[in-house]
Amino acid sequence: MDGVHDMGGMDGFGRVEPESNEPVFHAPWEGRVLAMQRSLGYAGAWPIDASRFAQEQLPPRTYLSASYYQRWALAMERNLVERGYAGADELSAGHALRGGKPFARKLTPDLVKDGKEGMTRGSFYRQAQAPARFRPGDRVRTKNIHPPTHTRLPRYARGRTGVIELVHGCNVFPDTMAIDKGDNPQWLYTVAFEAKELWGPDADPTLKVSIDAFEPYLEPA
Amino acid sequence: MTEHDQHEGSSELSETQLRVRALETVLTEKGYIDPAALDLIIEAYETKIGPHTGARVVAKAWRDPAFKRALLDDGSKAVRALGHESRVGDHLVAVENTPARHNMVVCTLCSCYPWDVLGLPPVWYKSAPYRSRAVKDPRGVLAEFGIKLPASTEIRVWDSTAETRFLVLPMRPRGTEGWSEERLAQLITRDAMIGTGLPKRPEEVA
Repeated sequence: MDGVHDMGGMDGFGRVEPESNEPVFHAPWEGRVLAMQRSLGYAGAWPIDASRFAQEQLPPRTYLSASYYQRWALAMERNLVERGYAGADELSAGHALRGGKPFARKLTPDLVKDGKEGMTRGSFYRQAQAPARFRPGDRVRTKNIHPPTHTRLPRYARGRTGVIELVHGCNVFPDTMAIDKGDNPQWLYTVAFEAKELWGPDADPTLKVSIDAFEPYLEPA
Repeated sequence: MTEHDQHEGSSELSETQLRVRALETVLTEKGYIDPAALDLIIEAYETKIGPHTGARVVAKAWRDPAFKRALLDDGSKAVRALGHESRVGDHLVAVENTPARHNMVVCTLCSCYPWDVLGLPPVWYKSAPYRSRAVKDPRGVLAEFGIKLPASTEIRVWDSTAETRFLVLPMRPRGTEGWSEERLAQLITRDAMIGTGLPKRPEEVA
């Protein structure tokens, strides 16, 4: 979707302001949100793509004014309610009013201590369904697509010509995962663009920008 | 609540804290999550998982040419072989800075970041100014970090739009010949591994 989350190249947000000696969390609730998300991910509640899509669907004003972990919490609430894991009435009440919808597994302290299950990202690789269409060095053009749902092709890199630099193997396709249409594995490539292709003739001539693009985003150039 | 209010200073955020507490209570009562597991996850990010892991990887690459080749060839495999407490996922790519090219990492669409080797991302990395400008005006962004690169240096920005995660392998500072990995690691900052900083100079560490 063409949302405010897709920020690459926008002007007007001001300076980058690094914070010296930044703490890991700025408030205890931030850590709780992160750890809840981790636990629900382990349980198999929904894929990370659905978390991202839920954030993207927040009203733009909310998206821009909420902090990172506030957005996570809002997206988590949305997914819990939409998927029937919790009712809006329960979230308002602050207590379960009904039994839960069971998950296949639960993240326990032992698993976290073990460091193997809870703390490691899963693999997004999948068995290839067909040979890769492109090779390093191939010139490709990104498609000019504007799906109303989740996509990982940023606006600034649509309809642009670049060069395949890396082939990452076959990965889960976020565009379908986010809307519960399966992992639909696709070849994933790093595609590099000259800055002037993205930003016009006044762009920094020493700049190249790459995105990681799934094969359905690309056509031969 | 106090700590939280002190930081953000708004009643709206106290509301956030209450809302998050409600969320945790509901999920716990429904049997979905175990609060003791949450405690351990938080503790791991506060005490174990952080940029020191990435710094050790970089320091080793500076000293050990075979490891450096392995790292650039398959970042996940090379880092996993070191046996860090934070196991590394499948999708780590290390990108090397050279006198001709400087690498910088961003995620314009959300805030993807190599948690396994750098810990949780700083607020600025997740902020709209960085996400919007890194791909268009990286030299301007670098200037805000106090970094000025030669005009001829190519700047390569990696937008993390999939699950691939990028770790910048900065250039080893001069004057560090013969240094141990532990000593070298002290030069390697988080920002140097994102590409918004450079390693410290030898005289900056004891």
